[in-house]
Amino acid sequence: MFGDYSLGDLGSIFVMQGFAGLILFSVYVLMALGLAIIFGQMGVINMAHGEFMILGAYVTWMTSNFFQSYLPSLFSGYFFLAMILAFVASGALGMLVEWVLIRHLYKRPLDTLLATWGLSLILQQAYRSVFGAREVGVELPQWMLGSLHVTESIEVPINGVFVMCLTLLITLGVAYVMYKSRWGRQVRAVVQNRIMAGAVGINTEKVDRYTFGLGCGIAGVAGSAFTMIGSTGPTSGQLYIVDTFLVVVFGGAASLLGTIASAFSISQTQSTLEFFLSGSMAKVLTLLAVVGILMLRPQGLFALKVRK
Amino acid sequence: MIISSRFFNRSELIGFVALAAVLFLILPLTLDVFRLNLVAKYLTYAFVAVGLVLCWGYGGILSLGQGVFFGLGGYCMAMFLKLEASSVENTKIQSTPGIPDFMDWNQITSLPLFWQPFHSLSLTILAIILVPGLFALIIGTAMFKRRVGGTYFAIITQAVAAILTILIVGQQGYTGGINGMTDLRTLKGWDIRPDHAKVILYFVEVVLLFACIGIAQFIRLTKLGRILVAMREQEDRVRFSGYSVANFKIFAFCMSAIFAAIGGAMFALNVGFMSPSFVGIVPSIEMVIYTAVGGRTSIFGAVWGALLVNFAKTSLSESFPQLWLFGLGALFIAVVLAFPNGLSGLWADYVQPRIDRLLPSRKAKSGAWVDNSVADGAPAE
Repeated sequence: MFGDYSLGDLGSIFVMQGFAGLILFSVYVLMALGLAIIFGQMGVINMAHGEFMILGAYVTWMTSNFFQSYLPSLFSGYFFLAMILAFVASGALGMLVEWVLIRHLYKRPLDTLLATWGLSLILQQAYRSVFGAREVGVELPQWMLGSLHVTESIEVPINGVFVMCLTLLITLGVAYVMYKSRWGRQVRAVVQNRIMAGAVGINTEKVDRYTFGLGCGIAGVAGSAFTMIGSTGPTSGQLYIVDTFLVVVFGGAASLLGTIASAFSISQTQSTLEFFLSGSMAKVLTLLAVVGILMLRPQGLFALKVRK
Repeated sequence: MIISSRFFNRSELIGFVALAAVLFLILPLTLDVFRLNLVAKYLTYAFVAVGLVLCWGYGGILSLGQGVFFGLGGYCMAMFLKLEASSVENTKIQSTPGIPDFMDWNQITSLPLFWQPFHSLSLTILAIILVPGLFALIIGTAMFKRRVGGTYFAIITQAVAAILTILIVGQQGYTGGINGMTDLRTLKGWDIRPDHAKVILYFVEVVLLFACIGIAQFIRLTKLGRILVAMREQEDRVRFSGYSVANFKIFAFCMSAIFAAIGGAMFALNVGFMSPSFVGIVPSIEMVIYTAVGGRTSIFGAVWGALLVNFAKTSLSESFPQLWLFGLGALFIAVVLAFPNGLSGLWADYVQPRIDRLLPSRKAKSGAWVDNSVADGAPAE
């Protein structure tokens, strides 16, 4: 299958596919980060995670429309405001959901799964009723269009670079919050031993609520970034949810580093395979490999050593 | 502990008689053939739901990939029917006569090897049981022997469902792709499409369903069923008592897979086609809601759950398509938050005590009926 290409061509193909993989990687990381916090840290299976992401995407779309019609002069910068709004909207909805639904179900993880699946159906239908069944696309500001020519045969799209930088920033931010801030220490304490954390004066219910909100908020930002590389429909979230769960499980549920490593390997495998096989076979092979490895190593790539 | 010597206790007997009366007499006598065929379609999901009672309700293993087994069973049956429908005379106009039409459209010129066994009905029936059974055995062994359970298992079965759907849709030439296998006509020369055939198929299906219910009830009453429940409640204690937890889980998972596959095969026969839209993640999770609505530990409840949810789906999505997803979503949440024991729990709480008061109690102590998750371990005194 390599016969038709010269060595230089192959090199370029690998770089370009690698870059396409990096964009996929960024989306996976953004989605999986929120899930790694919710599932990995809290043990809650949030099947509606994709819908929180889509909420962020719709918020971005609405912001973009607003700027286009009322503030066209500031249009080039709308994206930064949209991201903040997406974070706030998804995070607020997440906290509401935690308060109404999730907090009753912490001891029954399988039931959480069913309840959040029901929530995802409701949200999907709500999006369909409000925004219509058709996919919507966001108009990108001028400076995000086009691509950078690295060499003659290699070019990379600017919006992809932007998404990657964004991912890097958010990942660093999450890592800082989780591992350096006082609040992150509280979250990790609650995860490790809820009763003791409560005994030393941590308000565990409040920590739960904000943790869930943060996870959903990050999903919203992921959706916001997602609008730059694809269009958004009511069911777009569902397409990604299984992939995202696999990313988190594959990486080792409680490890942020593992999540990033697994997102990287899965996305790179998939986008490289996609060039040589049909898209569906690439996906099947990637997923099969992930499931196969998980059968051999159920704890995932990076397992925390915790005495249970 | 004395295991009840009778196959059904009194409340189960009432449930059994009621279900048998409705399925064998009332529905066939009151519904026209079109509606009866719809019921037959709903009942195919009841097979899955009964399997889930064993696997999820008793064993505590939530599988979100039952659509995989439903699909495997259905596709096995559909492949046989499709081959029979694609005889050389029927497919004269194709460039390669004698192969299914979708293969011809995809420039495949000879029947692939894995289609060959489906020329024979007995091999097909064997495949309907064995293919999903073995597949479940492989997944179950790989997962449970390594003590992967609970949520991880659910996610991985979901991934398997996603993989199979993508594979079926992608390999159009071999599987019929997104359209599935349509235009199924005869079973061993017997036309499955006219009305009288549909009625016969309905009764065959109900008999099979009762056979599955009987098997599930038998498993429940034996020591095996006790161990399943014990495992759900206190897995470690069962393991420390010297039982191989993994083997029991694998067994429950395989049984539920086989039930689902029988349902799938009946689906292909009754509905006359099979497509990947019954395999993927969404249908697989919907199958769980049938069991949850019926009551996850109630075998009869699962059948009612499958019937009622599907009936609601058909009537709501006919008249208010927008409302259906809201309704289904709310149903998921309500069943989990407010009625964790589903319809059978409501029955046990509100209807059963009245019946008990009406009927003279055979034993001095009443309360031998209990079928909810708490008292499940000790139904008899």
